[in-house]
Amino acid sequence: MISQPDEKGHFGPYGGRYVPETLMAPLEDVEAAWRESREDPAFQAELKELLATYAGRPTPLYFARRLTESLGGARIYLKREDLLHTGAHKINNCLGQVLLARRMGKKRIIAETGAGQHGVATATVCALFGLECIVYMGEEDMRRQRLNVFRMRLLGAKVVGVSTGSRTLKDAISEAMRDWVTNVSTTHYLLGSALGAHPYPVMVRDFHRCIGEEARVQILERESKLPDAILACVGGGSNAIGAFYAFIPDGSVKLIGIEAGGRSEKLGEHAARFSGGAPGVLHGARSYLLQDEHGQVSLTHSVSAGLDYALIGPEHAWLHDQGRAEYVSIPDGEALAAASRLCRTEGIIPALESAHAVAEALRRAPTCPGQVFIVNLSGRGDKDIDIYRENFPELDRADGDTQSA
Amino acid sequence: MTRIAKLFERLGREDQPGLIAYITAGDPDPGRTASLVLALERGGADLIELGVPFSDPIADGPVIQLASERALRAGTTLHSVLDIARQIRAQSEIPLLLFSYMNPLVRYGFEALARDAVQAGIDGCLFTDLSVEEADPYVASIRKAGLDTVFLAAPTSTMRRLQLVAQYSTGFVYLVSRTGVTGEHDSLSDSIGPLVKNMRAVTSLPLAVGFGISRPEQAATVGRLADAAVVGTAIVKLVQRHGADPDLESRLESFARDLKQGLRRPA
Repeated sequence: MISQPDEKGHFGPYGGRYVPETLMAPLEDVEAAWRESREDPAFQAELKELLATYAGRPTPLYFARRLTESLGGARIYLKREDLLHTGAHKINNCLGQVLLARRMGKKRIIAETGAGQHGVATATVCALFGLECIVYMGEEDMRRQRLNVFRMRLLGAKVVGVSTGSRTLKDAISEAMRDWVTNVSTTHYLLGSALGAHPYPVMVRDFHRCIGEEARVQILERESKLPDAILACVGGGSNAIGAFYAFIPDGSVKLIGIEAGGRSEKLGEHAARFSGGAPGVLHGARSYLLQDEHGQVSLTHSVSAGLDYALIGPEHAWLHDQGRAEYVSIPDGEALAAASRLCRTEGIIPALESAHAVAEALRRAPTCPGQVFIVNLSGRGDKDIDIYRENFPELDRADGDTQSA
Repeated sequence: MTRIAKLFERLGREDQPGLIAYITAGDPDPGRTASLVLALERGGADLIELGVPFSDPIADGPVIQLASERALRAGTTLHSVLDIARQIRAQSEIPLLLFSYMNPLVRYGFEALARDAVQAGIDGCLFTDLSVEEADPYVASIRKAGLDTVFLAAPTSTMRRLQLVAQYSTGFVYLVSRTGVTGEHDSLSDSIGPLVKNMRAVTSLPLAVGFGISRPEQAATVGRLADAAVVGTAIVKLVQRHGADPDLESRLESFARDLKQGLRRPA
């Protein structure tokens, strides 16, 4: 495969820069700062040090023995991004971008968040560097991820509720872009997924590629061979592209992205962009987009706020069209069941987003004996406790502790 | 020569600045827009920007966001916006600029759009979220059909970018007066003077200034610097407040008249 993206941020026909002119020069500035930082040993050393001593890299590659035995097929490893500081992979990108913001002299940081993990990670790095932090979050997401709203505020960030549209991630990004276009001279937009206008998709990938690079070394140590498949959930697609990237040249390794199947296959009830969408333009990039026949962006649904978004990151669109990666979807109920099973076989409470990837591994493993799977466990489930409680009400009863697995 | 080019030629001859009026097509309902546009024309509007409503209008402030929501709820689509243009064209020669975010147009298809827009009497297109870097394939279809392509220049644009914007624009260049979204402001942005001056240095195209112009005295100031002033949010706000009233047309007409009065240069 040809190295992607091109110098203007195109992954084949996807990506690019579809933004109002006011944002073009600022995007050029971000790109220039990012390119310089890649060549700057001092920057790279500082980032590496923070990732190691503050975030907790490298993360373990854990062999899920009981889960593997219970499935009786593929050997399943979990890449434990959930063990990072703040509880998800998002901190990798936030540390990288906050160093860039400092390099550009920006004192005000804005971000969007869906599940709240990116918001918490952004609030964290802003506290660490003493920067003003404003996080836009859909009101629906604030309701279902209350714990993360409080964590952000505790860390000193201002959380601004967005009440337009579906009141989820899409609307939070729109509002963050409106803030950026207004306060562009003082503000860095710390976009949290492999989305948006160039250079964000490639820059965010760059800050997360350590996930796959570590996993590649770790699996070779443990199994003396490459894995047969890498599985990762895909909202915008940052944890997935981070996990996939090091393996793209390894043609024998299947790259499997898992989208949110939601409640049903009806438009508006899921976030499966490849099966239900068509190429379109949203929030700065061209990619697969859930939309109606008139080009209006459709509402989405997922039990997991982090996967509840209408556009997929442009590099995933390219990997899909090239046949290099495969994308499937998992419905809400199956993700919840997979989360429960991981809790009880491995003692790990996953984020609902990551539970979608676990669910796909549960589907495939029994028919793949002798194979090795790596599931990117992108986040931990503390933030989702309210949703787990709603869905497992029997555990809240007085005799909940007598229920068997 | 397009209707847009003819307009600016006439304004130049008369040494008068033009009034460009933005309206969200389909707000409050698609059946009313043509009548609102004709009222704006009677009041003195020289060119109409017909806004195509979009679900995620990232460059717009709350007033135009709400207008888009109303228009979409009323069932407005790109097809109906073209119908509205046809209705206007049956009764008027006022230049019409289709003003849109990319996705509804991408979905419609640019070849089809170019053909149908010409047929509906549209004179040009402005794409809110299309950078000149991405523009080639889209502009090619639009230009081939004989339509103008108007691009935005911003206070953040470097000289290199201003040159690109000028190079990709025909008809006129739209200067965004401030960093930010559409909306009303008490004072005009200080960026206007330098932006007009820098743009003049790289192009002989007419220059229109918009974003944050809502009152006759603000239009007057802009009219002394540029070839036209664009008023959007203030018009859309009248539609929002009086959409259910039968006198909305006369309110728009008299508002346009006040703006035009403010713009007029003494002979």
